[in-house]
Amino acid sequence: MGPGSAAHRFALRSVRGTREESSKMNFDDTPQEAAFRETARKWVAANAPKELHAELSKSSLGRIRLANHDIVDVGKAWQKKKAEGGWACLHWPKEYGGRDATPIEKVIWQQEEGVYGKLTQPFQIGEGMCGPTVMAWGSEDAKRRHLPKLAAGEEIWCQLFSEPSAGSDVAGLRTRAEKKGDNWIVNGQKIWTSGAHYSDFGLLIARTDPNVPKHKGLTMFFLDMKSPGVEVRPIKQANGMQEFNEVYFTDVVIPDSQRLGAVGEGWSVSLTTLMNERMSIGSRLATGVPELFDFCSNLMLEDGLAIDDPAVRSKLASWAVKSSGLKYTSYRAISALSKGERPGPENSIGKLVSGMMLQDIATYAMDLQGAAGALTGTDEETVQGQFQQMLLSSPSMRIAGGTDEILRNIIAERVLGLPGDIRVDKDVPYNKIPTKGR
Amino acid sequence: MNFDFSDDQKQLRDQVRKFLAEKCSPKAVRVVLDGKAPYDKELWKGLAEMGFLGVAIPEEFGGAGAGHLELCVIAEEMGRANAPVPFSSTVYLAAEALLIAGSDAQKKKWLPAISSGEAIGTLALFEGKGNPSPKNVKLTAANGVLNGFKRPVADGAIASFAVVAARTGSSGRDGDISLFLVDLKAGGVEVKSLTNLDPTRGQADITFKDCKAEPLGAVGEGWSILTQVLDRAAVLCAFEQVGGSDRALEMGRDYALDRIAFGRQIGSFQAVKHMLADMYVSATLARSNSYYGAWALSTNAAELPEAAAAARISATQAFQHCAKNNIQVHGGMGFTWEFDCHMYYRRANAMALGLGSLTYWEDQLIDRMRKKNAA
Repeated sequence: MGPGSAAHRFALRSVRGTREESSKMNFDDTPQEAAFRETARKWVAANAPKELHAELSKSSLGRIRLANHDIVDVGKAWQKKKAEGGWACLHWPKEYGGRDATPIEKVIWQQEEGVYGKLTQPFQIGEGMCGPTVMAWGSEDAKRRHLPKLAAGEEIWCQLFSEPSAGSDVAGLRTRAEKKGDNWIVNGQKIWTSGAHYSDFGLLIARTDPNVPKHKGLTMFFLDMKSPGVEVRPIKQANGMQEFNEVYFTDVVIPDSQRLGAVGEGWSVSLTTLMNERMSIGSRLATGVPELFDFCSNLMLEDGLAIDDPAVRSKLASWAVKSSGLKYTSYRAISALSKGERPGPENSIGKLVSGMMLQDIATYAMDLQGAAGALTGTDEETVQGQFQQMLLSSPSMRIAGGTDEILRNIIAERVLGLPGDIRVDKDVPYNKIPTKGR
Repeated sequence: MNFDFSDDQKQLRDQVRKFLAEKCSPKAVRVVLDGKAPYDKELWKGLAEMGFLGVAIPEEFGGAGAGHLELCVIAEEMGRANAPVPFSSTVYLAAEALLIAGSDAQKKKWLPAISSGEAIGTLALFEGKGNPSPKNVKLTAANGVLNGFKRPVADGAIASFAVVAARTGSSGRDGDISLFLVDLKAGGVEVKSLTNLDPTRGQADITFKDCKAEPLGAVGEGWSILTQVLDRAAVLCAFEQVGGSDRALEMGRDYALDRIAFGRQIGSFQAVKHMLADMYVSATLARSNSYYGAWALSTNAAELPEAAAAARISATQAFQHCAKNNIQVHGGMGFTWEFDCHMYYRRANAMALGLGSLTYWEDQLIDRMRKKNAA
């Protein structure tokens, strides 16, 4: 078979066809996307609180510190403005306060909203998790009553899932809900609840039947956080800050009309919430690489600039390619969205990779600082203590929203198709599961 | 934004994969691995007939005139199949050097011969230990006559011609280096095969003794051309490495599903699952960095030098990681000659050095990032 044979011609036709293809790799918007971006850009330019731009740009690790403002107040104001302009929860249906936007339009909006997106932090759990759960499982009344107010920033929601004895194994939760007439009486304790102290409503999963295996005895509710018997206590974290809370429930009354899904169906309902949690495409996770690059470019070591040291360069390069790898992985996801496809599971790697990097990078930068690296003040030799802050906060990045180990299980099981763990408590009634290690 | 291969390109990938599944089974690879042939001649012929060797070579020079995205697609499949053919030296190095710097006559002579599978080409750059650097080039060229040696030269023992880096000046600058085209069948060339990590891709020592050669590109431009060639080859090799990573990951996954120990599939143990999950993470980061490299390569973007270095580092790390952990998942069987794990382990570690070491590319990346930041 020589050139000109049938197989040869077939191959050439196949590859030649691609030359006229307009769908080559590119980073351009489609005309519709470009028009949408232009509209969004103009609106942000005209309406964003520009006086906060500098402060918002400086906040690293996703945490916002504003000198003269409370993040909840400015957040509510920005959310309200967005709602009036039609930019709040824009992928939600219009009737519930959204814009009926496509997933790619949401990504474009996030890009154009830029640093002002940080102002929406108090609403992220509501928009990303609680809202979609109410939308999927709530009554029409509940949807009309709650979703537009959530979208407009008038009401803030929190998520009440984790418990002291139910973290990664959330289905092992203990908080009880007992039926009494048309109401449920709730007793128990939740933990790691971000924003509980300023939330108006909460999405609560509780045990309604302890006599069946753990996944089968759960039911989902939502409740007014001002209900009698709800007590919110802030948790002082290992980094010295207070962002999470414990929430105690003592004989809290929840009307049956605030149940989401059937009794005993709480686990399925919670999957809606958790599935929505990982759809945070386009919002890039901090890795610490730009900070480290900057730091090494300016740090004078005994033999010269840190960035001229071969050992430093090697470490920096290895982290830089992880960071760029994450960035281009998210581009691939956006590209899939743009074509109307569902992004693949490769997005589950984002938090796994960036959480570990933050911690490693912080440790390394401090190592380069030598003895002064132990100082946590805003000294010049430790560049305002940014890596010390990163070090102290980074453990939470490897735990919150799924620990590194749970994420690896998810990749192994859902992406690679490996068997699930053997679950010794799977078919055991909840009240027969051991509660102590020794 | 479209950061994915087109449907036609994906169709091409399926076509190449099917072709290689048929013509390049592990059994076929082993003929070369076991030293029974220097490379797979039948496969090479088949690749030429399918139009794959000249996929990025313009039609006027006998190629298919498709493009570099298509070449990336083919490269990934070549890596997956661990193909025992001189594809990377001929197509990524020799052909790219000719496309960048060749005269019309040189292109007319060699590119159609590459497309048709008649010519095997390579790049003769290294002289013993060390990374790509003008100061490591000692072989001299005076009045079109080469004297010196090159080692290791990838596929040097089977190549018909080589692009040779030679010293034409002694100013201590990049301009001291020029490139030459050498017909390896000509006089003054002595080729010796060398044993190496990956027997499925040979390495050779080539001595040039008063060997006549014609310049490729202008005198003094050698290093600048080489830098471009290495960047382009870095992206293409990254796709081979991504293909190899994926295959090693699949092999490990499949074994973890089949193998029973302690009464369970070993893939149900978290220690094994997490090892495989980490391999997936490496392979995914490498793939994404390589896609960016493919975009930069196919559009000749100003970002190519940085993108190429990032793709190279990421893909080198991923392939080494996946290949070594694939053996670990297999346990003792992974350490036998009979199982295919070591073929990927060998290829991964040989490829990690072929265009310059990991450390070299890390150094390049930082330089290029600084240049960008300064701009």
